[in-house]
Amino acid sequence: MPPEVASIETASVDRLILKRRRFVRELRANAPVRELRIAVLGGTTTNEVVDFLEIHLLVNGFNPIFYQSEFGRFYEDAVYDTARLAAFRPELVYVHTCYRNITSFPPLPSTEEDHRREVDKELERFRQIWQALNDQIGCQIIQNNFELPPISLMGNMDAVVSGGRTRFLLDLNAAFAAEARQNPRLLIQDIQTIASRVGLPRWFDWDRWFSYKILYTPEGNLAIARSLNAMIKSMYGMAKKVLVLDLDNTLWGGVIGDDGVDKIQIGRETPLAEAYTAFQQYCLDQRKRGVLLAVCSKNNDETARGGFSHPDSVLKLEHFSAFKANWEPKHENLLHIARDLNLGVDSFVFVDDNPAERHIVAAQIPGVAVPDVGSDVSRFIPIIDAGRYFEPISLSKEDFERAAMYANRAELTALESKFEDYGAYLDSMEMEAEIDSFHNVYLERISQLTNKTNQYNLTTRRCTLAEMESFQSDPAYVTLYGRLKDKFGDNGLVTVILGRKKDDELHLDLWLMSCRVLKRDMELAMLDTLVRRARAIGTSRLVGYYIPTKKNGMVADHYESLGFKPLSEATPEGATTWVLELGQYTPRNTHIAVIGRGHD
Amino acid sequence: MTNEQILQELQPIFQDILDQPDLVLTPESNGQNVEDWDSLAHVNIVTAVQKHFKVKFALGELQELKNVGDMVELIRRKLGAS
Repeated sequence: MPPEVASIETASVDRLILKRRRFVRELRANAPVRELRIAVLGGTTTNEVVDFLEIHLLVNGFNPIFYQSEFGRFYEDAVYDTARLAAFRPELVYVHTCYRNITSFPPLPSTEEDHRREVDKELERFRQIWQALNDQIGCQIIQNNFELPPISLMGNMDAVVSGGRTRFLLDLNAAFAAEARQNPRLLIQDIQTIASRVGLPRWFDWDRWFSYKILYTPEGNLAIARSLNAMIKSMYGMAKKVLVLDLDNTLWGGVIGDDGVDKIQIGRETPLAEAYTAFQQYCLDQRKRGVLLAVCSKNNDETARGGFSHPDSVLKLEHFSAFKANWEPKHENLLHIARDLNLGVDSFVFVDDNPAERHIVAAQIPGVAVPDVGSDVSRFIPIIDAGRYFEPISLSKEDFERAAMYANRAELTALESKFEDYGAYLDSMEMEAEIDSFHNVYLERISQLTNKTNQYNLTTRRCTLAEMESFQSDPAYVTLYGRLKDKFGDNGLVTVILGRKKDDELHLDLWLMSCRVLKRDMELAMLDTLVRRARAIGTSRLVGYYIPTKKNGMVADHYESLGFKPLSEATPEGATTWVLELGQYTPRNTHIAVIGRGHD
Repeated sequence: MTNEQILQELQPIFQDILDQPDLVLTPESNGQNVEDWDSLAHVNIVTAVQKHFKVKFALGELQELKNVGDMVELIRRKLGAS
């Protein structure tokens, strides 16, 4: 399909008006196979809506055939002329009415009783339509509800008092919704919301109403057609099911591999962080209603996963049904995700801030929806929402539970297809660590890391470069830094420990690590070396401190998990002190090859 | 803008909407002598022309248009007045 035609579902109204006939001709030339017979019973001139709908259905592989009632004869066609309509054999009847088709607005002034009676009367008229269609044709019905009136005769009270037309339409819309909840054949198209999004001044087109009995602007009719297109796609199982997300500058601001998890933009600290948080919340909300979430990111897998350990991350690893963070091309990863989830790749919506990635995915995998979200996170939600990708026509218990089911499956397939266990995974990383005492060439980096690490930091003690220099040369201190390399590259200097000798105890004033190497057993490799150095200067116990801050909750059980025993009750602030007797200690690290300085 | 320039800018709009790349408009062109220029195409043409020239036709003005020449003249007046 030429790109011009493929982008019809997001093209501007101006472009579609100009190019519609050509696009229809080209699409019809491909002889679409899936015939779809749609009867449109309109209260206004419906040709423009039908034209826009036709081109959208064509691009989705339907061959739409339309029946349109004469202008304004929606009631008569459905209730009295049903035989003619039945002869058309529609699969779908769209009853397209607007507030001008209301026959009985309540009189002014009105009592509450008058008001209710008129709502019931109007509802009854529509019930007759739906009943006749149901009994004599038995097809799916789409009925739109009503936009709010263009004027409020009684100002704000129009929505409040009996006889107010705004209130009348709101009541009628609520009554329509109640009917639809009882009748699975009846779907409501929510024009009240569609019109609000377009905006009423841009919705009604009075010149066209007086001239052609078209009530809405081209923009309004296109919005109606696109929403119908989404409902019809959903009826035929073509709604999207999976939201596939990039990470850096898509789910959080910044590049986690460069900046570290503590520097990514997420949370409440800055406007940008707020916007990423809002987008994560939107994704989580989608998951709650049954859309699966997946990650497709060019990143080191552990680094990528680390992003979701950020305390402000709304999304957690458990929310993703598939997680592909590696350096393979994204379109290949999408195919892997489709296989893992046992879903067609055409049920995917791919969201990435990088236009090059969007381009290659759209070009390589026809059928994947790739909304042009741009690179401004605050625009992501409205752009994705406008695509109507996940339109449901019914919501079952299964929809709401789907994500959980897939999450379990993802865990299983991840283990099955990759490594027997986490240790095997760590081994596959081919990690090599350089662990040694502070050295001049590293002092600046040691000082920088010490002063910017907030999460994996037991004491959050800040030290100047001069202090670091003095520790380095003081025999009462054990200083350690660690660098970590793996098969994906060098993570650089990522961890620092500072121990102070006091009699036969070594007090750990600093222990910190960059989150980009979380869960790599680097802390075990550091502990092994620390124990050796502690013994070498004649100490027999390590004493560790945890001083809680807003950000370092992730290391509250650091010492406990390393086998330290609590030395005292926690202080009122939650600070804890831990001790490790060195007598029984045997080395713990088994997955990282450790070398001293000067070996690389 | 001259009438000739306006006519030239109308050409591609009509060609696109009517899907007739070879269509040549003259001031005498109208719904009777141009194929497929039906009332539905007319709605689209009026919309596209107003957007292109950034003008708005009044209701009464639309009724009086008999052919492309009238439309060109109306557009020229609107552009001149703005």
